[in-house]
Amino acid sequence: MAEYKQPTSKQEFEENFSQIKPLMNKTEAYYESSRCLFCYDAPCIKACPTGIDIPLFIRQINSDSSIGAAKTIYDSNWFGNACGKVCPTEVLCEGACVYNHQNVKPIDIGRLQNYATNQAIEQNKKLFEVGESNGKKVAIIGAGPAGISCACELRTMGFEVDIFEAKDHPSGLTVYGVAPYKITNEDALAEMKYLQEQLGFNIKYNNPVNADDIKKLEQNYDAIFVGIGLGSTSVLGIGGEDLEGCTGAVEFIEELRMKHQDVKVGNKVIVLGGGNTAMDAASESCRLGSEDVILAYRRSKEEMGAYDFEYDLAKSVGTKGLFNVSPVEIVGNGKVSGVKFIRTQTNNGKLEEIAGSEFVEDCDMVIKSTGQSKQKDFLSNINGLEMDEKGRIKVNEENYQTTNPKYFAGGDAVNGGAEVVNGAYEGKVAAFGIQIYTSKN
Amino acid sequence: MPDLSANLAGIKSPNPFWLASAPPANSGYQVMKAFDQGWGGAVWKTLGVPVVNVSSRYGGVHYRDSRLIGFNNIELITDRPLKDNLREIEEVKKHFPDHAVIASLMVETKEQWIQIVKDVQNAGSDGIELNFGCPHGMCERGMGSAVGQEPTVLKTIVGWVMEAATIPVIVKLSPNISHIEEPAMAAQEGGGNAVSLINTIQSIVGVDLDSLAPYPIVDGRGTNGGYCGPAVKPIALNMVKNLGLLKGFNLPISGIGGIENWRDAVEHILLGATNVQVCTAVMHYGFGIIREMLPGLESYMTEKGFNTIDEMVGKALPNVGTWETLNLKYDVKAKINEEKCIGCQICYTACEDGAHQAIGLPENGDNRVPYIIEDNCVGCNLCSLVCPVEDCITMERKDDGSETVTWEERTANNDIPTTFNDERAGGIHHWVPEPAAALKK
Repeated sequence: MAEYKQPTSKQEFEENFSQIKPLMNKTEAYYESSRCLFCYDAPCIKACPTGIDIPLFIRQINSDSSIGAAKTIYDSNWFGNACGKVCPTEVLCEGACVYNHQNVKPIDIGRLQNYATNQAIEQNKKLFEVGESNGKKVAIIGAGPAGISCACELRTMGFEVDIFEAKDHPSGLTVYGVAPYKITNEDALAEMKYLQEQLGFNIKYNNPVNADDIKKLEQNYDAIFVGIGLGSTSVLGIGGEDLEGCTGAVEFIEELRMKHQDVKVGNKVIVLGGGNTAMDAASESCRLGSEDVILAYRRSKEEMGAYDFEYDLAKSVGTKGLFNVSPVEIVGNGKVSGVKFIRTQTNNGKLEEIAGSEFVEDCDMVIKSTGQSKQKDFLSNINGLEMDEKGRIKVNEENYQTTNPKYFAGGDAVNGGAEVVNGAYEGKVAAFGIQIYTSKN
Repeated sequence: MPDLSANLAGIKSPNPFWLASAPPANSGYQVMKAFDQGWGGAVWKTLGVPVVNVSSRYGGVHYRDSRLIGFNNIELITDRPLKDNLREIEEVKKHFPDHAVIASLMVETKEQWIQIVKDVQNAGSDGIELNFGCPHGMCERGMGSAVGQEPTVLKTIVGWVMEAATIPVIVKLSPNISHIEEPAMAAQEGGGNAVSLINTIQSIVGVDLDSLAPYPIVDGRGTNGGYCGPAVKPIALNMVKNLGLLKGFNLPISGIGGIENWRDAVEHILLGATNVQVCTAVMHYGFGIIREMLPGLESYMTEKGFNTIDEMVGKALPNVGTWETLNLKYDVKAKINEEKCIGCQICYTACEDGAHQAIGLPENGDNRVPYIIEDNCVGCNLCSLVCPVEDCITMERKDDGSETVTWEERTANNDIPTTFNDERAGGIHHWVPEPAAALKK
């Protein structure tokens, strides 16, 4: 018997996917905030990509001014609530907490951040004003963390903002790509609604921008921000990828986020990859009731890109690791029945396959978590927009302006795939870049 | 094994820990329960003409995650008929003949004093405590602290009591007075056998920011109460010390104020108390705290070679004097243990903003260990007090101990600053930054 039973109701789903960072109550927040040392030149602030004044907001929570704390958080990061939940705080703010040097548990910064912002959202406290109209219009492609952040900031400056979103919901990966035990759909969307009600940007859903639309956008808007994220899971280029039961991790997680307990997994799932998304996919398969979940990575455990705590989390729900195996073929007759691997070893830093070591590991589902494609085709339609050799949009990191001066960009399409907090930061910085750019034109 | 028994002016108890006159000693049930758990004595909740109390009687001061570091009450003396209390005193003494039961008393007229003294003696009390300290409710009627604040009235009433008393009489003193020595001497002159201190301090523990009323709130209004708990220990210790050092004052002292563990008790005893009384800690944690106090006291006595409580009484007094008698040549400087430092830099801000700008920060941003600028360090201890790491910042002695000069001696030698710009000013060669340097940071 697997640890988790396949969830068949909303309640069972919520139990299997219970929040790993649940909302604090007032007492817990008071006790936890009491522990903060209020460090000088605090390392947690420096470790936050958006530079939130963490000791200040914790002190505000401690004096029972949580709305003030929320203002401090949102001043730096428009995804304050989401980031408190989905940020890898273990390697960011909490990892930098000086208590770590004393072998004392670091301050639970992420959950304190949720506590404060949750109150602002629940009480629908208006913390920001729309800036006096400056008569300029900005189009934003993609309502993900970068796009929404850029929109919020631009609205406080007085820009008119239209966001074009290909899907049904705002917040991008926060609602489509993050593991459900990190943030619920309700929480992700509540923050978006809260921001939109205050700042009044327009979002046009189910409105993918295609090559033909680009000209119109350029004519109608003073600047354009590109926050399109990444594309679908890359093709591995091995046999059997089109078999029934073989899916990409991003697609799998998106389906899970939208359909919850209605998503079915196999009895034995093999997840290919060693990144954080692979860990999520493995963890999610376990929580959906799969009896065996194998995480197969072509290098050693130590070389995995995933954070240690993400692997630990996947293991804690039953995932088993299989290392130094490279997939050769996905086998099956119409449907997946296994993966043929070849064993690998590292020689002088180079990964090499061990001849004759092929074997087939049976399974009835394969989740490929081996990276996402870049949206090069779309981007190539924008005049003068350059990408680097990895397909990432080239920007000036001071203002996130692209090589076509009318275009600014941020988020995964620029950084190649990072955290929500990175997108939030980049979108915000780009807004300042847009302000300077449009004031000159 | 040390002898823990105590003898205050002839009142014997198996150990020095008594319940103070307060709600925990309101009834025979409570006192019996306390004795059963190990308490050595109890001063009964003050007897007199029964009162009528309000509901909503206590207010608390919480500091960060610590609850009730301070506590106040607006409760009055007993609201139970005297005969019930007397009957219960008798019953307690039957069960616990070797434990001390002291009747706390507060009445108005000489006739009442004499009558009630006789009544409690007949009930079998081992001693009497005169409540001249209660700073709320009763003082407005000319009792409690109204007596404690008028040494001549106090002396007169002690005289009345002594006319009828056949058992030891303890005079409980109010701290709501400039010189505790005056009522203490009056107690001695009136013929009292011991003093106990401190009673509660007149206080307002807080104001409700919504209803604009002070705590504890009684139907939208409040009044000053009596303050006690851990926060008052320093005030109590100082007053106990004042009497311990008072020339011509020979009465034994029962120490009260902020005692919640064996350490607090030992501090009171070292400054001159023969035994101690506890209230707030019992109201917070129950009678069971005695289980920590007794073995703690015993092992301290064993470790330090004290055989009896009396051997400890006043043992710190030879080391307490007026400021003029302290050695001005004693020179300590802070030292930071780089291994232990966790890099919070709280010492830096504390010294920089709150003291003498004697701590610097490393230029290299990765190293967060501050350093002491010895020339500027005046040895104030502040950094070592704010440091969250045990023994990380220590104060190291720099003088060789061969020289001693006190203010007293310098005054005698005509070697003290006497004019506003005297060259002998202590800080005359101490470096301070130029005011404008503050704006560059």
